Amino acid sequence: MIKWLRWIAVLAIVAMVAAACNGDNGTGDGTTTAPPTTTEAGTTEPPPEPTTVGLVYDIGGRGDLSFNDSAAAGHDQATQDFGIEPQELEPNQGGTNREELMRLLADQGTDLIIGVGFLFSETVCKVAQDYPEVNFADVDGFIDATTCEGGSDLTEDSNIASLLFAEHQGSFLVGAAAAMKSTTGHIGFIGGVEIGLIQKFEAGFAAGARHVDPDITIDVQYISQPPDFSGFNDPAKGKEIAAGMYDGGADVVYHAAGGSGAGLFEAAKEASDAAGEQRWAIGVDSDQYQSAPPELQPYILTSMLKRVDVSVYESIAAQVDGNFVGGYLIFDLARDGVGYSTSGGFVDDIVPDLEELKAAIISGEIEVPDAV
Amino acid sequence: MRVFSIGLVISGIHLSMPLLFAAYGGLVSERSGVINIALEGMMLFGAFLGVAVTFWTGSPWLGLAAGVGLGILLGALHGLLSITVRADQIVSATAINLLALGVTAALIPTIWGQPGVSPTVARIPPVVLPGLSDLPLVGEIFAELSILDYVGFLMVPVAFYVLYRTPLGLRLRACGEVPEAAASTGVDVIRTRYLAVLTSGALAALGGVYLSLVQVGLFQRGMTQGRGFIALAAMIFGKWRPLPILAASLLLGFADAFQFRAQAVGLPLPHDLLLALPYLVALVALATFIGRATAPGAIGKPYVKD
Repeated sequence: MIKWLRWIAVLAIVAMVAAACNGDNGTGDGTTTAPPTTTEAGTTEPPPEPTTVGLVYDIGGRGDLSFNDSAAAGHDQATQDFGIEPQELEPNQGGTNREELMRLLADQGTDLIIGVGFLFSETVCKVAQDYPEVNFADVDGFIDATTCEGGSDLTEDSNIASLLFAEHQGSFLVGAAAAMKSTTGHIGFIGGVEIGLIQKFEAGFAAGARHVDPDITIDVQYISQPPDFSGFNDPAKGKEIAAGMYDGGADVVYHAAGGSGAGLFEAAKEASDAAGEQRWAIGVDSDQYQSAPPELQPYILTSMLKRVDVSVYESIAAQVDGNFVGGYLIFDLARDGVGYSTSGGFVDDIVPDLEELKAAIISGEIEVPDAV
Repeated sequence: MRVFSIGLVISGIHLSMPLLFAAYGGLVSERSGVINIALEGMMLFGAFLGVAVTFWTGSPWLGLAAGVGLGILLGALHGLLSITVRADQIVSATAINLLALGVTAALIPTIWGQPGVSPTVARIPPVVLPGLSDLPLVGEIFAELSILDYVGFLMVPVAFYVLYRTPLGLRLRACGEVPEAAASTGVDVIRTRYLAVLTSGALAALGGVYLSLVQVGLFQRGMTQGRGFIALAAMIFGKWRPLPILAASLLLGFADAFQFRAQAVGLPLPHDLLLALPYLVALVALATFIGRATAPGAIGKPYVKD
């Protein structure tokens, strides 16, 4: 009995491995399986070596309908436009193998390696020192002399580009929109994890709302505290928090909580149904109206757009043209690196006001705080 | 927003229930002598299949049945590995946890054509009990409870009765304490442990189904977020006994609900402290009132028939 069970166990393991391999191709959406054209090319005319670009996702990877997907969109677009050779990798659940993945790509002679997320900053800082001929970019990662041992402040000549966003400016605009649409004078903010980056969203949102209505009440709540990053991927808790805010009288709630935001949208629908009045949710990073299921779309007022796709696309474009620039690249309102979405038409009536605020921020007339 | 409100109670129940189901899953299995740290993986699989079947059939009830069915199958797998083949119980359970994470994430794009998250599906609706939901104050709570909430609360006295007042419960506990002695009185240790592990799988999966089909109505990869392990902690904190486990699950769930609300109204307390509060309370309770938690005697030891 025990003997043949052992054989079954072996078979089961083989089956699992096979299943896992299939799964990897699935999550890569087919792009990772691009045929190796270089082998065929050897027999005919040697074409110019395609630029190779490696993208390493944040925990969660493709399919968060938010941050990672936005990076993936920029990467996909660049793959289409420039015929680059794409590589996509995803760290394990705990994210402990980030460095390994980056080194793997660098050893393969990848030209540009992009880390998606601030969690990559230390790794990028470290690995970039060992591969001076490879270029690196880190979305959201602020890298300077203190980031890692042997690190230095970035300059145009560095082989690292920090792709940074003025999230506070975009959040200011959706905060203003929230205050304009609120009838209760009470709104809410849900942050995924209480870290400086997410507080930047909170600060901008609160400033925008108070700019419109100085007396507005703003509930602020974070799902988890570092080093616990589960708050970016816990829709159940996101929903409980949002339900609590609507229950307490808030009628517009903005989230900067990645995958947990799905819970907010559901809560907005339920609160609207229960109250018989419109309750709004505001999305983040990408236009979440577009990715939401139809029954939830009527509750998504707008989304704060953080054009991660633009930053990824532009970095790849620069690499392909041979003029990669290191240093700090700030994607702000002026550069359309952040903004707000209008899908659904729910903010159409206030677009002129929002555009006015946008112009004032760009001209420097309004200065948006970037910390709470 | 008020911190103490009916909403707090509803939220507390929602956050406690997955822990309660999973912790009872752990209880049943471990009282029979089989460690089950696969609760997390069983929850995740249950949550996943529940949503998938609801998506295909439109019926959350079929989703519920399928999720629990898969839990039983996983229990059987854990039993096969740890009872029959006598593999290390921790290793066998860890395999299930890793499998759950990988397989569910890999199947999302296959089923729904998009990675990471499923579309929203029909949820298990609240039960309307005529009369009860019209009561002042508490009526609001009853209006929110689904059949699974009632099942969860009913599970407590049932588990207590079965464990302590029936021959089956006695046999189950004996298998977990001194299986050789149980066997000498004619108890089939292997069969009893299998029964316990299958039940454990069903309960853990039920916790997952609660999360995905009662609370949110969608599946997101890794959405259990360590709740299976928190449930294990609740089980140990509850000293492998039904009533204290209920208390531990409610404490953790309500502490979360309270913490979320206290943060939003900006209580003049650093919220790092608020976050740590339930665990501090648990520590103090353990150290002062509750005393040592003693695990079943034969826990983790494979039973070898002479």
